[in-house]
Amino acid sequence: MEQNANNESRLKITMNNEGAEYTFVLEGRLDTLTSPDLEDQVEEVIEQAEKLVFDLGKLEYISSAGLRVLLGAAQEMEDSGEMIIRNLTEPVKEVFDVTGFSNAFQIE
Amino acid sequence: MKELVIEAERKNLPKVQGFIDEQLEAASCPALTQIAIDVAVEEIFVNIASYAYSPEIGTVMIQVTVHEDPLSAKITLIDHGRPYNPLEKPDPDPTLTVRQRKKGGLGIYMVKQSMDKVNYEYRDGKNILTIEKILR
Repeated sequence: MEQNANNESRLKITMNNEGAEYTFVLEGRLDTLTSPDLEDQVEEVIEQAEKLVFDLGKLEYISSAGLRVLLGAAQEMEDSGEMIIRNLTEPVKEVFDVTGFSNAFQIE
Repeated sequence: MKELVIEAERKNLPKVQGFIDEQLEAASCPALTQIAIDVAVEEIFVNIASYAYSPEIGTVMIQVTVHEDPLSAKITLIDHGRPYNPLEKPDPDPTLTVRQRKKGGLGIYMVKQSMDKVNYEYRDGKNILTIEKILR
């Protein structure tokens, strides 16, 4: 439990939905320790989602562990709907540029 | 030079990054550069935590040296686990589409791309991985 409390202070995940459109607002750090929390929450809704939105406007840090969760979600949505990423901060954009995800993902 | 010796476990990542941040903040490192270094250290540390000693637990020694003119940081991570050069891992192709992509190999690729110098050597039973980055 202590581990979870620590992770929550590192990454805040807010999810809301309008019908089959699910939006995840991420705030803080998406890293090796926090990305499993996001993965679990995405897994819970992805089957019924037609559109998945990630708002990264307050995400200040992302490592490859976070990228893997986003890639997994995007791959699952390929056939069943669409996935959009919004509001890249400067450090997150740098990681997206370096790995080519700036072009691979649908970014608004 | 500052040094931290810590058990190579994922849960120690915040402590490792706290130690790195302390040294970089003392050197007035710009925020964006600090984040890039934090990401690189996470990738290397988590690799060691996942593979070097598994299923045992061993330690990592982390050394940070800040040089002047140009202001730069040299960070070395040393473990005595099984020999492994992560830099030999093939780079993922950054031009692939979502569908074509695989989930592996991203972390070390990011380290290679974002740092100014990356070096691996195996010496005296130790994996020694060094990254260098100009801070300003």
